[in-house]
Amino acid sequence: MIPAIRPKVELLSPALIDQIVGEAYLILEREGVLFENAEARALFRAAGASVDEAAQRVRIGRRLVEESLLQTPASVVLYDRQGEKSFHVGGDDVHFDPGSAGTRIVDLRTNRERPPVTNDLVTQARLTDALPNFHFQSTSLVSSDVPPIIGDSYRVYIALLHSAKPIVTGTFRVEGFGPMRDMLAAVRGGEDELRRKPLAIFDACPSPPLKWSHLTSQSLIDSARAGIPSELISMGMTGASSPATIAGTLVQHVVENLAGLVLCQLAAPGAPVIFGGSPSSFDMRKGTTPMGAVETMMIDMAYAQIGKALHLPTHAYMALSDAKTADAQAGYESGIGAVLAALAGVNVVSGPGMLNYESAVSFEKLVIDDEICGMAYRLIDGIAGREIPLAEHLFRDFKPDTQFLTLPHTRKWYKLEHRLSTLPDRDTYDAWVAAGAKNIAGKASDRVREILDKTPVRSPEPALAEELRRIILDDARRNGVAALPV
Amino acid sequence: MDMTTTFQAMTQAVVDGDRDKAAGLARDVLARGGDPQEAIENGFIPGIQKVGVLWESGEYFLPELLASAEAMKAAMAVLRPALETGRAAALSLGKVVLGTIEGDIHDIGKNLVAALLSANGFEVVDLGADVKIERFISAAEESGAAIIGLSALLTTTMLGQRRLLEELKSRGIREKYKVLVGGAPVTRKWADDIGADGYGENALAAVQAAKALTGRR
Repeated sequence: MIPAIRPKVELLSPALIDQIVGEAYLILEREGVLFENAEARALFRAAGASVDEAAQRVRIGRRLVEESLLQTPASVVLYDRQGEKSFHVGGDDVHFDPGSAGTRIVDLRTNRERPPVTNDLVTQARLTDALPNFHFQSTSLVSSDVPPIIGDSYRVYIALLHSAKPIVTGTFRVEGFGPMRDMLAAVRGGEDELRRKPLAIFDACPSPPLKWSHLTSQSLIDSARAGIPSELISMGMTGASSPATIAGTLVQHVVENLAGLVLCQLAAPGAPVIFGGSPSSFDMRKGTTPMGAVETMMIDMAYAQIGKALHLPTHAYMALSDAKTADAQAGYESGIGAVLAALAGVNVVSGPGMLNYESAVSFEKLVIDDEICGMAYRLIDGIAGREIPLAEHLFRDFKPDTQFLTLPHTRKWYKLEHRLSTLPDRDTYDAWVAAGAKNIAGKASDRVREILDKTPVRSPEPALAEELRRIILDDARRNGVAALPV
Repeated sequence: MDMTTTFQAMTQAVVDGDRDKAAGLARDVLARGGDPQEAIENGFIPGIQKVGVLWESGEYFLPELLASAEAMKAAMAVLRPALETGRAAALSLGKVVLGTIEGDIHDIGKNLVAALLSANGFEVVDLGADVKIERFISAAEESGAAIIGLSALLTTTMLGQRRLLEELKSRGIREKYKVLVGGAPVTRKWADDIGADGYGENALAAVQAAKALTGRR
């Protein structure tokens, strides 16, 4: 056997990486980064960083950054709800999960956006659980039928009840962390067990340029201490909230992410951190942030390459689209993004299912994107010489009527070499017409219903479900919320 | 330079988005004892009008648009204090208190609106991002603003727009202000539902809406 090479694409030369990281170090040391959070500033001060309390500005020397990088694990292992299946996040591993925190949903019936309700969160969790190419689930939607004050913890509750996959999530309020951690720990049977087998990643976004808000700093501190991996989501917009050039935006990206990484290590040395982001190109006409622009994808691929050079696990928001329905634009933007993310070796790729600048979820698109992600995984598996000889033996005693369908070689290998896709249209024209002449969105819509009708919910054990319910009800009560939809 | 050439230079400085040049030309007028109002009306305003045309035709993008707005603002900052009180008031389209609502740190859209409003003759009190409802109202009361502009990018913070209108009503000062709403999730229907006075789908539309509210266009 001759093993496959891992297909890979890199956009940055080593010299350019050095320049970007070098300028980032200079900015961290000279200009510093704003930290609104007093505890964060205290941690920096205790570590010898120069802290200007009045301006909330923290200047971080190169040595502290380098020490922090050395303390940060090069990979993270996540476990599913049962604690059995593990997912290695590092190296060139790729794991797709749906995009996060949509505040709109494209209604299956009307094909128009509306605010999502709890039932939509349930559907999203169930679909994600059933679709094989999503390794993780995300808290992709925010319920409009529960008060916003518990919106962050409630979506984790719904996720844990309806899918066993690890969760990518994040807090909306400082107080949200406690109940969210308690639910995750309840699944594991304790905080130490949760630390040993992480079940969730918490996203935290700096505010460009060069600021970590009170909330996001606290999320980094709390997650680090609980052993929950933090995903650093820097999100410059070229020419609007970060420099117009891609390389310039990368400098800012590295500054913001490294500042967050140092804070994590100061809060708990060895804390798991993922070098992620959601930067974008900025549309100078519409003032919007196209996630489907090729420049956005290039920034993503490039900072992931830098993250790898720093020996960190990586993340990006790719495989998503700015289209408003599951149309051709949604397909090409998501498809190109997914393939490029896989070729760049981004470890956690969040985005499938999302439309409209990361704000809306379409269940149809989620199903279509699962197929796209399957293609991307297959692509990076590459081409192996499965056995030697490769084919020479098949041609011995070659006759004009030799056909391969009946060969044992075919039965031995075809399923390993080829994905069996059932979603894209591969019918003959007449068969397609006879089956209702449906386009991909129509077929995906059927698939959504089929999954919901036929796939049983992977619910937690009743005792655990009860414990989770107790935690979310406590949180609701503390915040004056009398009743919950589910 | 004769006056025509000077006016042309002013117009060009705004079109080029050259803030220093625009302010310099404005200072020159005052130094020579020239009429600030003439400079505004014949020099600088034709510039910002030309910029509008260049934007509409697709030649100018946001960076050019904003640079021109900044140049206009710089010239006005020099000339406005030199205007006689009555004429300054006549020239101003009014004060606008503007900000992004509490819980929302997104202010790119709001900044665009602020720049374009001041370029078009409004006096803008920009409160920044993450602004409490109470602060909008106190700033409006203190500055004597005619318009309160509320931006929100998030669906959750959009709800604050309704809260502000309710607060104005409960204090019995709803009629004192025109309320203008905007931001990505905001729609005409939402603006109507909450009883806002105006809605801008984008920054230029917001300027048109503000002008309509003040009866200037």
